Amino acid sequence: MSQERAERLWDIALHSLWPLLQGMLKYTIPLSLVSFALALIFALLIALAGLSPRPYLRLPSRFYVWIVRGTPILVQLFIIFYGLPNVGIVLPAFPTVVIALTVAEAAYCSEIMRSTIKSLPQGQWKAGYSLGMSPFQVLRRVILPQAARISIPPLGNQFIGLFKTSSLAALVTLPDLFGVAKQIAASTFEPMLLYIIAAGYYLLICSALTVGQHRLEKKFGNYSL
Amino acid sequence: MLNVTQLRKSFGRTEVLRGIDLRVAKGETTIVIGPSGSGKSTLLSCLNLLEIPDSGELELDGHRMKFGDGGKKRTRELIGYRQKTGMVFQSHQLFPHRTALENVIEGLIVVKRWNRSDARRRGEELLAKVGLREFADRYPAQLSGGQQQRVGIARALAMDPAVLLFDEPTSALDPELVGEVLRVMKELAREGMTLIVATHEMNFAREVADRVIFMEKGLIADEGTAAHIFGASRNERVRQFLSRFDAAAELPSVPVRVQVQATL
Repeated sequence: MSQERAERLWDIALHSLWPLLQGMLKYTIPLSLVSFALALIFALLIALAGLSPRPYLRLPSRFYVWIVRGTPILVQLFIIFYGLPNVGIVLPAFPTVVIALTVAEAAYCSEIMRSTIKSLPQGQWKAGYSLGMSPFQVLRRVILPQAARISIPPLGNQFIGLFKTSSLAALVTLPDLFGVAKQIAASTFEPMLLYIIAAGYYLLICSALTVGQHRLEKKFGNYSL
Repeated sequence: MLNVTQLRKSFGRTEVLRGIDLRVAKGETTIVIGPSGSGKSTLLSCLNLLEIPDSGELELDGHRMKFGDGGKKRTRELIGYRQKTGMVFQSHQLFPHRTALENVIEGLIVVKRWNRSDARRRGEELLAKVGLREFADRYPAQLSGGQQQRVGIARALAMDPAVLLFDEPTSALDPELVGEVLRVMKELAREGMTLIVATHEMNFAREVADRVIFMEKGLIADEGTAAHIFGASRNERVRQFLSRFDAAAELPSVPVRVQVQATL
């Protein structure tokens, strides 16, 4: 590599660090946080409906999970962003990505929640009922605290996955971390350099998330010695 | 105080309870024995409505419930009835994410809406009663099987139930831990608590029972005082069942004898 080319690469790298960081702070992180928070709320409702003995709750829940898990998130995203305008619904890019990520993530997280709630011994419900608790009280005081702890590792994985999946935002015009990398790569003709820097940013945040996940596991795990 | 009339319960096509009639007076200790699968556990579960009977009638402390008349029971009604009963499970079913004390006061706080300090005081009293005052802050996983079961008893007592139901409370315990649990139960019986206990501990039954009920195939095959059931039952099945128990109790000595012979 000539000295001149090395200097050019160095220069591009230095000048793209800040724009990429901005893309991450303005889009990648907010998209991930908002989508995951919404997804957790919906996931809990979908999981509870899926566990219900009442078919009018259970069947729609299973149907939703079937559809969403059976189609690629990229296709869902394109249906919302490029498809819906055909029927007169035009959504801006940011809400589009939030909706697509939330819809997909809610399905996956609901399956995690459903299986962890199901994995708790039936006797825990009975113990709550035998004290005269209502089904809702048993759920809130007995079942969910235990289920939450068990589901922290798989939900942590989901969030790390979601953080990376948010890079699809670039495909519907958003200048997120990956989107900015794409733009600079196109204008400088240095895709290798830019995508490696982007990958580094993703790796950095995901590593921090992994550490956070372990801390949470420890904090919630203190009663089972 | 507890009247059970023609109680029936099926799971799918299996009739587990085929018409149980039972009267329990206040302060009485009723022991339920019988082979496994005879319906002991289901009977106890029906008595506190963890299982809903298919038909029949329950009356506890003036609270009457009729089943099988078509109408579905409202959750509120079930909850009202359950609060009058306490249940101790075979596998304790303590809440693993709460300490011993928190387990005991959970019902007081959530169901009876006591304030925390009153509930704590009551919870400490109850733990002291079952000999676990020093273990209030331990989590269930940090307690032995016998201690867990005693916390379970304190938790059931906290709701101040009219009747306390025990579903084979010592069956899952190591033999050396059985005594401490039975001791607590004897104490409760002596204090005049109304107990219904499904158990295989025949010596315990002999000692504390005001009445013994022998169940078989979903029916009460024989009942009477301990002296009657253990001494003078005319029911062939009762005698068979009890004799198998005596035989089982002698089992441990058999291999030893074989060994001795082999060395000779």
